Amino acid sequence: MTFGAATREATRARWAARASLILKPLQSALDAFPPSRWLMRRLDRRALKGRLLAIAPPYAWLLIFFLAPFAIVLKISFAEPDVAMPPYTEVFALIEDAGSFFLSIKLNFSNYLLLIEDDLYLRAYLNSLKIAAISTALALMVGFPIAYAMARAPRRWRGALVMMMILPFWTSFLIRVYAWIGILKNEGLLNGFLQWLGVIGEPLTILNTDFAVYIGIVYSYLPFMVLPLYAALERMDESLLEAASDLGCRPVKAFWVITVPLAAPGIIAGSFLVFIPVVGEVVIPDLLGGSDTLMIGRLLWAEFFSNHDWPVASAVAMILLLILVIPIVLFQRHQAARQEAAR
Amino acid sequence: MASGPTTRRTFEPWDDPKSKPILRVSSVSKSYGSVTAVDQLSLDIHRGEFFALLGPSGCGKTTLLRMLAGFERPDTGRIELDGVDMTAVPPYRRPVNMMFQSYALFPHMSVEGNIAFGLKQEGLPAREIKTRVAEALALVQLPDYGRRKPHQLSGGQRQRVALARSLVKRPKMLLLDEPLAALDRKLREETQFELMTIQEQVGITFVIVTHDQDEAMTMASRIAVMDRGRIAQVAPPTEIYEQPNSRYVADFIGSVNLFEGNYVGGDGAPTMRCAEAGCDLSLAQPLLVAPGHRLWVAIRPEKLEISREPPPPGTLNCLSGVVWDIGYLGDFSTYRVKLDSGKIVSAAEANRMRLTERTISWEDRVYLRWVPQAAVALLS
Repeated sequence: MTFGAATREATRARWAARASLILKPLQSALDAFPPSRWLMRRLDRRALKGRLLAIAPPYAWLLIFFLAPFAIVLKISFAEPDVAMPPYTEVFALIEDAGSFFLSIKLNFSNYLLLIEDDLYLRAYLNSLKIAAISTALALMVGFPIAYAMARAPRRWRGALVMMMILPFWTSFLIRVYAWIGILKNEGLLNGFLQWLGVIGEPLTILNTDFAVYIGIVYSYLPFMVLPLYAALERMDESLLEAASDLGCRPVKAFWVITVPLAAPGIIAGSFLVFIPVVGEVVIPDLLGGSDTLMIGRLLWAEFFSNHDWPVASAVAMILLLILVIPIVLFQRHQAARQEAAR
Repeated sequence: MASGPTTRRTFEPWDDPKSKPILRVSSVSKSYGSVTAVDQLSLDIHRGEFFALLGPSGCGKTTLLRMLAGFERPDTGRIELDGVDMTAVPPYRRPVNMMFQSYALFPHMSVEGNIAFGLKQEGLPAREIKTRVAEALALVQLPDYGRRKPHQLSGGQRQRVALARSLVKRPKMLLLDEPLAALDRKLREETQFELMTIQEQVGITFVIVTHDQDEAMTMASRIAVMDRGRIAQVAPPTEIYEQPNSRYVADFIGSVNLFEGNYVGGDGAPTMRCAEAGCDLSLAQPLLVAPGHRLWVAIRPEKLEISREPPPPGTLNCLSGVVWDIGYLGDFSTYRVKLDSGKIVSAAEANRMRLTERTISWEDRVYLRWVPQAAVALLS
């Protein structure tokens, strides 16, 4: 493969296109938020001092905080549990034999076999994907009108509206989820209100059901959906809808053939930003869900902290990562191919 | 047709009492809060016209155009297209198309997709859509650009795609909102003539909004000069230029020298007493106003004759002053002459010879004169 610079350039462009698919809406969401603009300007000035200096931190960050831990977890997933500190056997060992040193690698696949043999794990994976998919759809349905209204609001309000969307992050995530217990429990605010209205006689059981989990997830992850959607919709030229109408297209249809396709980058970015973390969500199902709300994050937690079976927990994490990474890579490859075909 | 002198075909349906206008705007008003954008405006436009709405920004021309397209509802009044009341009809049901100033091309669709969009809404069969898109692309001379995306086109090409998209549905009337504003000067001039050719080919009534008087003068069959939501004058370009009906129109189109004074009756020789000019100015014809009535005389710079030689005594409409400033424009030279009263008058002279040495220079005493028929008397 020595096609030289041209191929390399093309590859680089392809990767840039893939990255921008997700990063661009995020970038614009940040741009709309004044303090981040100030920060970016500061960073830009820095970047002028040297390209390397600017490029190095993200790579260093990825290496230290993603690749290295990933390698460690991968290694542990091939170990055996052990009553020791740390609680697993070494995979790599240096063995001395007759003055020579050998590197012994002992791989244990039984952790992965267990995931296949015990259908608890399969059900947990599938249920997590299902909950994540439904939550993403719900967040999209709730988030789209909000983002649309924000993007069409008078310009001077928009900064404040974005700010309000981000404001909940100023409070601890845990506290906000705890607050939902107070709202949803049998003698909580919601049931109290409904009983006061006379809509229901007996309190509804909402807490500790899947329904409560959906409420908690949609509430917690809504900003991640709204901000990229807002960024995409805010950029849209309103005269496009007028042009569609002028050409004989009714407003409802124009929404589907003009607004939605143009908001697609935001829809995709927002959906990924909600779907991916929700698959591995632990806190919300633990606090709001019932004991039968099976999610892989909870299972992982239990393996790790209750069973002290680090190798199985690591294997669970590795498979979870694969489940999430493969569709993203496939999708981005498809998207990049489509972009190139359009050229 | 084979023999005989060819007569120039005149196109003046507005003077023909039998011609029914395709568009009839009757006392339409539109306000935004306390601002009146369009004020009791009435207007007839005839089939096949190239009609220009001309005025400074904020004069209501764009609001009027948007009401014709259906994007704005008039507060009062009525808009009739081809005999049908359109006032309350939404834009997607009007047989009218608009070319937007920003072009408003759909960025996620190819050129073909953009042009086919309107036809698809009509539910035409795919074959017909294909041929009509191809025809439209040929009309704007972009036959091979169908598969491109808008962002892969130059500004001029995008402008043509927008034109093709708005013409392909064969509307009864095409509305153009500053269609050439985004083009550079050279391209704009070429495109003006091209738009006229296309309009003749398709035979559709064009209504164009512009703030550029050259554009309106070049292309339009008639111009409506607008002022603060009202129409100041509707007339063909030559009439707008030569016979403006008010100081506003005279001043907006081209440059003009205005003299203020009072009417002096007189059976044979109507004149105006004018302090600024320092003498009485004689008018081409008597006016139907009482003596002493306030009026203005408008005279275009190129209609003034400038010379260093004093004219023979008794010459009508002769002013004298000192050259204050000279502007050399290549084809023309403009002289700004300060009269003895302190008023500055512009006179333009075509540079018929190559200019090696100025015959008239700064601080020279010069004489300006004109025949009474070259000036227009205005009452408002």
